[in-house]
Amino acid sequence: MKKPLKVKHKVRVIPGFGLTMGITVAMLSMLIIIPLASVLLYSLRLSPAEFFGLITAPNVISAFVTSIVCALIAAFINSIFGLILAWVLVRYDFFGKRILDGLIELPFALPTAVAGITLSKMYSNTGFPGGFLSGIGLDVSYSHIGIVVALVFIGIPFTVRSVQPVLESLDGQYEEAAYILGASRRKTFFKVILPEMFPSLLTGFSLALARGIGEYGSVIYISGNSAKNGTQVVSYVIMQKLERMDYSSATAIALVMLIISFVLMFAINIIQIRRSRRVNAM
Amino acid sequence: MDYYDKKQNRSQKVTKYLLIAVSVIFIGVMLVLPLISVIVNSLKEGIEFYFKSLSTEFVTSALGVTVMATLISVGVNTLFGIIASWLLTRFEFRGKNTLSTLIDIPFSVSPVIAGLAFIMTFGRLGWASPVVDWINSTFGTDIQIVFALPGVVLATIFVTFPFISREIIPVLNTVGHDEEEAAALMGAKGLKIFRKITFPHIKWALLYGVILCTARALGEFGAVHALSKTRGQTFTLPLEIDALYMSGSADSITASFAVSSLLVIMAIVVLVARNIVEYRAKKEK
Repeated sequence: MKKPLKVKHKVRVIPGFGLTMGITVAMLSMLIIIPLASVLLYSLRLSPAEFFGLITAPNVISAFVTSIVCALIAAFINSIFGLILAWVLVRYDFFGKRILDGLIELPFALPTAVAGITLSKMYSNTGFPGGFLSGIGLDVSYSHIGIVVALVFIGIPFTVRSVQPVLESLDGQYEEAAYILGASRRKTFFKVILPEMFPSLLTGFSLALARGIGEYGSVIYISGNSAKNGTQVVSYVIMQKLERMDYSSATAIALVMLIISFVLMFAINIIQIRRSRRVNAM
Repeated sequence: MDYYDKKQNRSQKVTKYLLIAVSVIFIGVMLVLPLISVIVNSLKEGIEFYFKSLSTEFVTSALGVTVMATLISVGVNTLFGIIASWLLTRFEFRGKNTLSTLIDIPFSVSPVIAGLAFIMTFGRLGWASPVVDWINSTFGTDIQIVFALPGVVLATIFVTFPFISREIIPVLNTVGHDEEEAAALMGAKGLKIFRKITFPHIKWALLYGVILCTARALGEFGAVHALSKTRGQTFTLPLEIDALYMSGSADSITASFAVSSLLVIMAIVVLVARNIVEYRAKKEK
């Protein structure tokens, strides 16, 4: 049997490698990498003791806890509703489905500041449904619940749009097999469908979480930004430090945030690589 | 058996309508209600007040700045998006995954940090500040980056950077590069290959990317907030909304909702355009 010819160096037939590589790397460096590196450069000037002193200040710790906990809760709520919405949009047909589908992207299209002032107004005790909610003793605006509401608003497209395509391409034969073998519908869902969708759900969760931890515009109006009540989020604290020209604190906090978002991004990449491997193996 | 099937069917139907109801209520309360709320709040003082608050000097200036920053960043990102996606889908090279991840950074970085990054680069403490000073003294120019229009534009480019390449890359990956290879082997030059072969494949994705990029650029708040301090000169529409809302009087809050309503209309146009583009793209397939 003849062995196939092995080309040692793959010949690039399509032109433009050098040119596109040059432009891409140059633009990426100038517009993204170098500015971010400046943050790193500046915070490296701080001694480790100074750095830890700045990021462990009580209001900074409290802001990190608020941002992370609220973003986790919101991402969890978004995962549940994201799953329901994706399911409804993929599996059922009903009047107004296309409008519902189109509306999912609204939080991407609506400027965050607009979302912020509107949500703040709606959930304050003079708005609707805020007035009704405060009547039953639930103050949403200027509390942690308000932050979660804003982050649910911002994050819902991430979870729906992560799950939807996977659900669309899910092969019906596994469900059928489970059903024929006598599994109840509930059991089929939890044992067959959910495990299949779990990676995409996790991706959506992480995306919503990453967005939520750094969110600024939609949160700062509804949160009330009170240090006493612990409703300041990290982005707000960075902005506050900037306004007071406290660049050391601002860069130190920003560096921690950057590390958190890189870790999350790394996690998302791993989930996706593992998923594509799994799909290829099948 | 027949009875069992019927019962099964009914429980399926109950689940279906229950889930649809949950979805509609969720979307209604979380997404539609805020839209209605903006419009209602903006018209609180009547239609005359509405138009009056849209025609102040601050608002027209902010509109100008916003449109300028949006046009420039859409232009820059379109160029980058096409070039980067050509690179990432047409060639194999080491470090491709890393490059692709780096392009996505702005997705996961808080916009406030983007603003901070430019302050730490071009601001008084930034290492590039002497460079800018040198350019200004040598060429007799007066370029300001931070707290001036270039800073606003840079921040807007930063936050929208991956938007267009992210839309094009999956399309080019699915199409594959056999056609381009064939064309290149037959002697076509790069630009011709792009125009005749690649562009027809990516035009809808590109348009969709431009729409998303426009929406994000028009509405960017956090990054610009850190870099723009002069109302009436470097403020964008979202910053003007913030200034009106934060000044606290009932009138100015209504005015801030009036300005917001402009951006709500924009958001709705974006959503409709997105749906049309998606529909056309599917139809062409």
